[in-house]
Amino acid sequence: MHAIDFDVIQRSLPFLWKGLQFSVQLTVTAMIGGIILGTLLAMMRLSSFKLLYLPATAYVNGIRSIPLVLVIFWFYFMVPLILQAVTRAPSPVHVGPEKSALITFILFQAAYYSEIMRAGIQSVSRGQVSAAYALGLTYFQSMAQVILPQAFRNMIPILLTQTIVLFQDTSLVYVLSITDLLGAAVKTAQRDGRLVEMYVFVALIYFVLSYALSELVKRLQTRVAVIR
Amino acid sequence: MNYNWNWKIFWEPVAAGNGVYWEWMVSGLAWTLSTGLLAWVIALLIGVVIGVIRTTPLIWAVRLGNAWVELFRNIPLLVQMFLWYFVLPEVLPFGLGTMMKQMDPPWASFAPAVLCLGFYTSARVAEQVKAGIQSLPRGQTLAGTALGLTMVQTYRYVTLPMAFRIVIPPFTSEFMNIIKNSSVALTIGLLELTQRASDMSEYTFQTFEAFTAATTLYIMVTLIVVYGMRQLEKKVQVPGFIGTGGQGGGR
Repeated sequence: MHAIDFDVIQRSLPFLWKGLQFSVQLTVTAMIGGIILGTLLAMMRLSSFKLLYLPATAYVNGIRSIPLVLVIFWFYFMVPLILQAVTRAPSPVHVGPEKSALITFILFQAAYYSEIMRAGIQSVSRGQVSAAYALGLTYFQSMAQVILPQAFRNMIPILLTQTIVLFQDTSLVYVLSITDLLGAAVKTAQRDGRLVEMYVFVALIYFVLSYALSELVKRLQTRVAVIR
Repeated sequence: MNYNWNWKIFWEPVAAGNGVYWEWMVSGLAWTLSTGLLAWVIALLIGVVIGVIRTTPLIWAVRLGNAWVELFRNIPLLVQMFLWYFVLPEVLPFGLGTMMKQMDPPWASFAPAVLCLGFYTSARVAEQVKAGIQSLPRGQTLAGTALGLTMVQTYRYVTLPMAFRIVIPPFTSEFMNIIKNSSVALTIGLLELTQRASDMSEYTFQTFEAFTAATTLYIMVTLIVVYGMRQLEKKVQVPGFIGTGGQGGGR
């Protein structure tokens, strides 16, 4: 085994920092987009209207049964074609791997967040829904003012745990050669021939961040728990 | 959309090599399944042991188990894949590393992929086993002790038989995860289903057909596994104890 070169880590820190910024940006955007879209999907799945729940169920189950890597490939190929059809452009719209990854992660995570939100909505007792209707609130009013706030509160720990999973999953944008945290590490490792140092270091960064976040979630869990 | 549909592409000969394209997809599926199944065996063996020791009163064992789970849960699978494939051969002593590097092509990526997926999933299995054991009423363990059973006997005859039935639905989704996660092994050169679809799309430009075939195969595997596990769940059900049926796999 060759001597360990700590210098390569120090030299590549600014580059890794840039990569980490992209990873975090992707995680946060996909979380916000995914939760909003996921909540809509969950509402569709809980509706008694076939035209709403059948497509939503098919989408969620379909996305959840294929690997993320395949979903990334699918969207990288489909998004330019869909945009071309929508905008009636003469040729497929050039999107670029970063934007494509962003769209993919929002749409992919929405399926997982929707399962959490569905459980969250169902965790609100039936009586509250009836009470909201009895007060004369419409469906959207009762959702926005009575059910969803409680559903969110009940599900905050699970939503955040899913976000930690999402943060780790963003490393898969590697397959599109994007410079996220892992991408930056891989590029430095290959340029300087320092695979051992870079991969161990990047594993350490991911571990520290994910572990710290999951400890935070654990603490939050005891705080936001609703006393019934 | 200007797209040249050509579903007959699967019966056309492969541009580089032997056979036709559908054989590529089938061979990809075979690698996906064998990677997933072998890794599942490792995950079960380690995961059950780690999960069980985390419920014992032995503090050092609980800490060891917790450390194991945190280690494998907080590093992305892709990074772990690189650690097994690129880093491990460099740090292994006694020429073992050189041996790993000199394995013939499919095995050089297959072996690290199986080990990586197995260890990664063992942490998740351990979590499920622990949760399953802890969901049992405490009275069962106490009753075991009261009957004069030792700790090992209590686990063997009282706790584990019930716990294993409880964890069948979460195990179903973990097994599905291992099949899906095996696609990450394409980054270390394993020619599994997703890689085959991607290769086919690169050679033929029939991307839609190739990805549709892969997607269909993954969904079929999901359906078969969910069905099989539901049958198993019904078969091993203890009458009057755990209600089963509609809730299998959480789907």
